[in-house]
Amino acid sequence: MKNKIIRSIFIVPVILYSLLLIALPIIYVLIISFYKNDSYGGMIRTFTLENYMSIFNSVYIGIFLKSFLIAVITMFICMIISYPFALAVSHKNAKTQSIFMTLVMVPFLTNSLIRMYGWIVLLRKNGVINQVLLSLNIIKNPLNLMYNNLGIVIGMVYTLLPFMILPLYSSISTIDYRLLEASSDLGANKWKTFTKVILPITFPALFNGGLMVFTPALGFFFIVDLLGGGKIMILGNLIKNQFLTARNWPFGAAIAILLIIITYILIMIYRKIGGKMDDLGA
Amino acid sequence: MSEKKVIVKLENFSKSYGPKEIIKSINLDVYEGEFITLLGSSGCGKTTILRAISGLDEPTSGRVFIDGEDVTHLEARKRQVNTIFQNYALFPLMTVYDNVAFGLRMKKVPEDEIKTRVDKMIKLVHLEGYENRLPKELSGGEQQRVSIIRGLINNPKVLLLDEPLSALDLKLRKKMQIELKQLQRKLGTTFIYVTHDQDEALSMSDRVVVIKEGNIEQIGTPIEVYEKPVSLYVADFLGEANIFKGKVTNVSNNKTTVNIKDKFDLTITEDNYQIGDSVNIVVRPENIRLTLVARKNNCIQGTITNMVYDGYITKVFIKVNNTSYEAIINGNNKNYKINDEVYLYWALDDSIIIGDKK
Amino acid sequence: MRNNKLLDNIVIISVFIFLFLPIFVLILFSFNTSELNIIFEGFTLHWYKDLFYNRSLLEALINTLLVALSSTIISTIIGTISAYGLYKYDFKGKKIINELLYIPIVIPEIVLGISLLSIYTLMKMELGMFTLILAHITFSIPFVIVSVRSSLTSMDPNLEQAASDLGADSLTTFFRVILPSLVPGILSGAELAFSLSLDDVVISYFTAGPGSNTLPLHIYSIIKTGVTPDVNALISLMLLTIFIVLTISMVISLRKIKGDER
Repeated sequence: MKNKIIRSIFIVPVILYSLLLIALPIIYVLIISFYKNDSYGGMIRTFTLENYMSIFNSVYIGIFLKSFLIAVITMFICMIISYPFALAVSHKNAKTQSIFMTLVMVPFLTNSLIRMYGWIVLLRKNGVINQVLLSLNIIKNPLNLMYNNLGIVIGMVYTLLPFMILPLYSSISTIDYRLLEASSDLGANKWKTFTKVILPITFPALFNGGLMVFTPALGFFFIVDLLGGGKIMILGNLIKNQFLTARNWPFGAAIAILLIIITYILIMIYRKIGGKMDDLGA
Repeated sequence: MSEKKVIVKLENFSKSYGPKEIIKSINLDVYEGEFITLLGSSGCGKTTILRAISGLDEPTSGRVFIDGEDVTHLEARKRQVNTIFQNYALFPLMTVYDNVAFGLRMKKVPEDEIKTRVDKMIKLVHLEGYENRLPKELSGGEQQRVSIIRGLINNPKVLLLDEPLSALDLKLRKKMQIELKQLQRKLGTTFIYVTHDQDEALSMSDRVVVIKEGNIEQIGTPIEVYEKPVSLYVADFLGEANIFKGKVTNVSNNKTTVNIKDKFDLTITEDNYQIGDSVNIVVRPENIRLTLVARKNNCIQGTITNMVYDGYITKVFIKVNNTSYEAIINGNNKNYKINDEVYLYWALDDSIIIGDKK
Repeated sequence: MRNNKLLDNIVIISVFIFLFLPIFVLILFSFNTSELNIIFEGFTLHWYKDLFYNRSLLEALINTLLVALSSTIISTIIGTISAYGLYKYDFKGKKIINELLYIPIVIPEIVLGISLLSIYTLMKMELGMFTLILAHITFSIPFVIVSVRSSLTSMDPNLEQAASDLGADSLTTFFRVILPSLVPGILSGAELAFSLSLDDVVISYFTAGPGSNTLPLHIYSIIKTGVTPDVNALISLMLLTIFIVLTISMVISLRKIKGDER
């Protein structure tokens, strides 16, 4: 009897939590996505596929493509920065490695919005970067560093970089250094060692990082709002607008469900290539 | 001997990591086609020597030659030597075939030639049918064989082996020792082998290099280093050794008398010592005989304190004046038991004499 | 391996410049006499003094810390209990629960944000501090579970059997044997929960209501009209606090690395 009570103490909270706070809200969003919007911002309880059909409206297709493009570019830039960085850190001794990896996390203990504000101060027309370049006579007229796609990508890369660095670093740091020595001993140069040995071993981690960069990048509406100047929209802005301004919840819910489906397709691929789910949260 | 060609030469080679000097200016010649073993306890610097030859580390000072060419600053990938790593270092996501073919692919050898050569190598170590397996699907011994042919396929001038058998269990290790030696004889490739296991060194090598704290202590054939160790360290490191420390008290017609700690006298045939010299007399346990009646020369009385039965031999520990000595007798010998008073004796030429270097 | 140390250092330094540049700029301007955050005109501390008179900013700070602390404590407790429960016990539907737990980790935050908003609305819950904290707990728990689970799986499985062999009941075993060996996992889970909470914008945006104005939401609302340097001052102070805490925890963990090397 006593054991049964103890057992319940350990398993009831997690069951309640995952059903009430994870499953229920998402199922409800799924249900809403089949509802119909009335003109007063309310919902009509019915079953319609209209919301999903209207995603294929050319305006929204454009937003989709834009979102994917930004997310993919962000992901690639993060990869290009993270690999050399993680490799360089892994060459240091254990103490230095641990200091560097903690330093990577320091900016992220402030709020991401605060950091975006920092970028605004740097990037705007009369911002620090333009001031410095002008005073050094490198440029004649201030550059448009934000309120465009460039600003958005800088903000996205900045916010999501650690999600690429961390899995890559932890994968690279567990590679037996003797594998790299063996490769060099067998005549491979640095690039060959990277493509033939390091890349295949770290591929699940790379995919993990890609996943943790790509999917949030579809949703970070505030980065687009602040650094995109209000003209550019991604899926995140679209959903936000449907829920808060346009008050068309069913349509917003349909887009959210679509995002879930995209995420799960990527997760399935990740699992197929041997990725572990727990690594995603580490 | 003079005909032998030097394939690897280390000239005043030394290596430090920070303030710590690992290797203190050594010279070493390795001859073409020989099986040479670097033997020493862990941390003595033997792996450091190997890494300088492979090019994975640069020496702090001194030079490295391979086949007459100064390769001191040449990268590992450009040297015609290959290394077999302690943990095999097989590429985990490549099949056996791809692992073995790796070196040839790096040299851009045509794929059909690679195929012939890989097949030949795989046959050589009896791994036919394993080509498409991943390293993790192989046993330790099989992984070891793959790692060896992955090195050998490149026709290296020298194959460097860094404790390649240490991860295997005893029985497999013995089997692989024989296999490795056969392989080396068959191919005639120079092997430089690093180990801390004296049995391995003695049973496989043409020459053994005993290394102690970054210095070469002795170089010689297995028989030389075992039977004629130049120092107490070598005597003790290779096999068991009973050591009698004493002082020369009398020298007369080819017989030198050594007094051991004022307790008893031993006679040696060596005559290059003078009265008052400190000498160490080393006797291997297998050369010590036991008897119940006293003999004339080199005979000491003691008490058996322990007997360890070890199958085909029994180790007998005898206490003489508070010092314990070890003798080996055949299998299950029932003539002796613990607490027996026995005499130890041995043939005069079984004494290994090592002068005290102070 | 021979590595190009110079190249390594160039890469590392460039990435750190990129990571710290926006923060450095904010700190710099917190000492600026001009209030425009454009050109550094002179050194002053008066923004730090102003900070204490900016009531809405202070309120936002207090709310932020309140949300972060309470959600961290609650999610760490629930997460630890859950990780152990999922490790030790089998029950019907455990597989599904395990899958559900990954959802907050992998789906875009905005989806979790609007899902919680929808369910709050359905339940007629008024948006405020409670809904905000509940939302933060929701996205933090899975991270704590993953972190504690990694400690659990690296724990010697015989520990538990040894304890029960020595006569401890399961609660005693949990508190005296299991919990102490999970401390590193629990701490890193809590750290993660705390920083996720401080960092979050998206989920807070949907689940906060009037009266639960947090720092990011406050800044969001003033960012287009212009941010005054007292906000920079606040950020600098927060960073200083974080830096002190991190330095302490780093010194502790470095000692541990040293100990391991011996």
